[in-house]
Amino acid sequence: MFSQKTTSPVEEGKPEVDENQPLLQVRDLSVVFRTREGSAQAVNKVDLDLARGQTLAILGESGSGKSVTAQAIMGILDMPPAEITSGTIKFRGKDLLTMPEKERRLYRGQRISMVFQDALSALNPVYTVGEQIGELFTVHRGMSRKDAKKKSIELMDKVRIPGAAARVTDYPHQFSGGMRQRIMIAMAIALDPDIIIADEPTTALDVTVQAQVMELLAEMRRETGSGLILITHDLGVVAETADMISVMYAGRTVEHGPATKVFANPAHPYTLGLLESMPRLTGAGDRLYAIPGLPPSLLNLPSGCPFAARCPRAEDICRQDPPPPAVEIDGTRFSACHFAEEVVAHGVR
Amino acid sequence: MGRYVVRRLLLMIPVLIGTTFLIYSMAWALPGDPFASRCGQRPCPESFVQAETERLHLDDPLPIQYGYFMLNMAQGDFGQTSNGESVLEAASRAFPVTVKLTVVAIAFEIVLGIGVGIAAALRRGGYLDGFFLFVSLVAISFPAFVIGYVLQYFLGVKLGLFSVTVGRGAPWEDLILPGFVLASLSLAYVLRLTRATLLETLKADHVRTAIAKGLPRGMVLRKHVVRNSLIPVITYIGADVGILLGGAIVTEGVFNIQGIGGMLFHALSIRENATVVSVTTLVVLVILLVNLLVDLLYARLDPRIRYE
Amino acid sequence: MSEPDNVAALEKVEGAPGTPSSAVPEVGRSRTLGGDAWETLRGSWVFWGSLILIGVLVVMAIWPGLFTSVDPRACDAARSRQEPSGAAWFGYDVQGCDVYARTMYGARASMMVGGLSTLMALLLGAGMGIYAGFYGGWIDILLSRVTDIFIGIPILLGSIIILSSIPTPPDSDFLNVLKVSLAIAVLAWPSTARVARSAVIQVKQADFVAASRALGASRGWMIRKHILPNAAAPVIVITTISLGGYIGAEATLSFLGIGLQPPVVSWGIAINDAAAYIRNTPHMLFFPAIFLSLTVLAFIALGDVVREALDPKAM
Repeated sequence: MFSQKTTSPVEEGKPEVDENQPLLQVRDLSVVFRTREGSAQAVNKVDLDLARGQTLAILGESGSGKSVTAQAIMGILDMPPAEITSGTIKFRGKDLLTMPEKERRLYRGQRISMVFQDALSALNPVYTVGEQIGELFTVHRGMSRKDAKKKSIELMDKVRIPGAAARVTDYPHQFSGGMRQRIMIAMAIALDPDIIIADEPTTALDVTVQAQVMELLAEMRRETGSGLILITHDLGVVAETADMISVMYAGRTVEHGPATKVFANPAHPYTLGLLESMPRLTGAGDRLYAIPGLPPSLLNLPSGCPFAARCPRAEDICRQDPPPPAVEIDGTRFSACHFAEEVVAHGVR
Repeated sequence: MGRYVVRRLLLMIPVLIGTTFLIYSMAWALPGDPFASRCGQRPCPESFVQAETERLHLDDPLPIQYGYFMLNMAQGDFGQTSNGESVLEAASRAFPVTVKLTVVAIAFEIVLGIGVGIAAALRRGGYLDGFFLFVSLVAISFPAFVIGYVLQYFLGVKLGLFSVTVGRGAPWEDLILPGFVLASLSLAYVLRLTRATLLETLKADHVRTAIAKGLPRGMVLRKHVVRNSLIPVITYIGADVGILLGGAIVTEGVFNIQGIGGMLFHALSIRENATVVSVTTLVVLVILLVNLLVDLLYARLDPRIRYE
Repeated sequence: MSEPDNVAALEKVEGAPGTPSSAVPEVGRSRTLGGDAWETLRGSWVFWGSLILIGVLVVMAIWPGLFTSVDPRACDAARSRQEPSGAAWFGYDVQGCDVYARTMYGARASMMVGGLSTLMALLLGAGMGIYAGFYGGWIDILLSRVTDIFIGIPILLGSIIILSSIPTPPDSDFLNVLKVSLAIAVLAWPSTARVARSAVIQVKQADFVAASRALGASRGWMIRKHILPNAAAPVIVITTISLGGYIGAEATLSFLGIGLQPPVVSWGIAINDAAAYIRNTPHMLFFPAIFLSLTVLAFIALGDVVREALDPKAM
């Protein structure tokens, strides 16, 4: 990313887009990591759609490819070792992957922004938070530093950081974890983006603060009318905020559909397992379910369904043939399972 | 910030006492006749022995001797050379030349060390990177006097690009080659340190954030990678001032520069160890003070330390 | 580095803040950093090159007669400063001694000073560092301050003060070598102490040591079983690199006329003697200088490549 010479300044400002085109359309996205041990298939032919005002949750355990997908959309993958081997990421009809870096840059922060998991390391320790928020305005809007500072205070107020005017000159390490994540959110909404990607935004926070930060994120999404992609492994968070869910496993989307339907009646054994392993208040006394086994190595994926080895419903076809890319269920959702219909109807046992 | 300075200064006191006591013991309290090998091939003149014994109170118990040693230094009395000149006076004549040489060396460290270090990091694994890593390893391995003589011979004697010795008053242009030689070791370290911290910063989360904010590549590099990486490098260069002052003895000897190092070199070559010990003590003290100053400056660079 | 366990302590470096853990997919079988380091070293020409060079130099230091049949002290003023020829590959020096023979015999003094000062600095430094790191508390505070005091004095200047304050021992090559080694070691141990201390503290905080302590392991057992093996790797690295540095320091001191003294045959002395004639007969200076530099390079390169293999992030 840094290997080439700095190019001459490009024209700043928000890139023009065709509002009639779909907001985000990811098709057939594959990402491979080239490592010393071999090639790891981190993302495998993933499709995603996001509409304006919608919240899409990408659910999966670590290593499922959810963060890599987000970074590919954002255009911040480290390449190498990562390599995008196939697919398109269309934002309002424009493919971000074929766009020259000079142009792509202008989408970042202005059209698509991101909230990272660990705000302490995601913020630069040697600049004040005001400088770091203000940077967005001086670079993309050509504002003076003074005006940018004013904007920073406004934004810090908006994300409800007490005493914003005084704290704008503080450094990241002087804030609490929750306040730092609010600053990340302030940066994400600063330029009124069309899409906000939140990569496990509450994982690094205390449980008590998690809810506040999620609520703020949801509120900011409502206010700006943008689309939100929420990357998480926390089912509770998903249940409260998501409109749509994509469940990822070993680099593939295994199930995709409206949140309510997926929750009420999963169409993939993995999703079902995830839901059953979630503690519930009702039915106390039941043993908590855990999916047996471990996810497969991404370096050496099985030829059949990657979940087959852990799946209670698996049959020979699952171990031999690759899973069907998408079995449509009741016209609204998809599952990558040979027995999707049965899973919906009877579960796995 | 103020509290930090005060705390540093207070912490410094025991170290300073310890260091001066150590220097004192190494110079005057080792077993044997303290004047056995101080004045070259000949025995020390009786007048010199008397003057020094009296000045340092060598007949008194050790702690009292040390007390007088400190008192003398506080009054600027660093003893005299065996032909009776005040060490402080001779040193203060020579010092400006050494400062000039050090400035040239630090300029090399900043410009070449940091510049090449950044370039190497950005081309990690490339030929340029490998080449400079190797050159820096050679620079670290070859003692300064070897580098000095080799460059003096090839660039000075053979090619005539630089003058082989430094003229009176040490004009800047004469100090370029000696300055480079003096810097060579630290230059290599600065290069490696810059490269290593830069590579680490490039992987930092906050750089990813900066890219995600849509900042132009040059700005990400300048503001979020280089600026952060420079903190340890600048600290290193600061601490290096002391090392350079110590290294000046070799460089000034090789290039016959009339600085403080040249003075030491000359005293060593005629085995006038009394002068050697006094001047070295003075230099070590200057180094300690410089290091303290650098330590305090460091706090201005990194906000995390300032508010500690 | 054949024992991969030694570097378990460094393993946490891998997970240091850098790439967010969720961003890089979990890959394949787990591998130890030590095994990984050995894999890297095995394929490194720098590693084998410096190892072979050190081997040759050690042989040269022990049996210089294997490399030359000429007596380094058989000098004839008549051939003073003669250029290299078939009879004397490296030419003759000022006194008319064979430069090649003196260079071969010079290895012994350099290696001995390097080895002795390293040994002394290692025993003192590692001892202090491990003690301070393991016991912590006021012992640590005290020893750390003592370390600070010694580290404030540059090795070269400190050794100059020491060496010019004690008389040269009468004709004994070994005492001469010992004196210089001592002068270096007295000021050199603190860097080893610091490395050992931080390595010990790092190991001490590791979960397996806490677990061992919770199980009631004795202190001596813990030091032998956990602390020493795990703190060894960084100490070995710094020691290897320092050894090269001490050899350079000896040469510099001898060059300044204050280190080893004739009749000891040493590269530093040879360089000092030759320096005055560099304009006309540079060969007298270049040959010992090249050997000296290669020796230092071999040790520093070896330490550097091992460190790089153990911890790719360090400089």
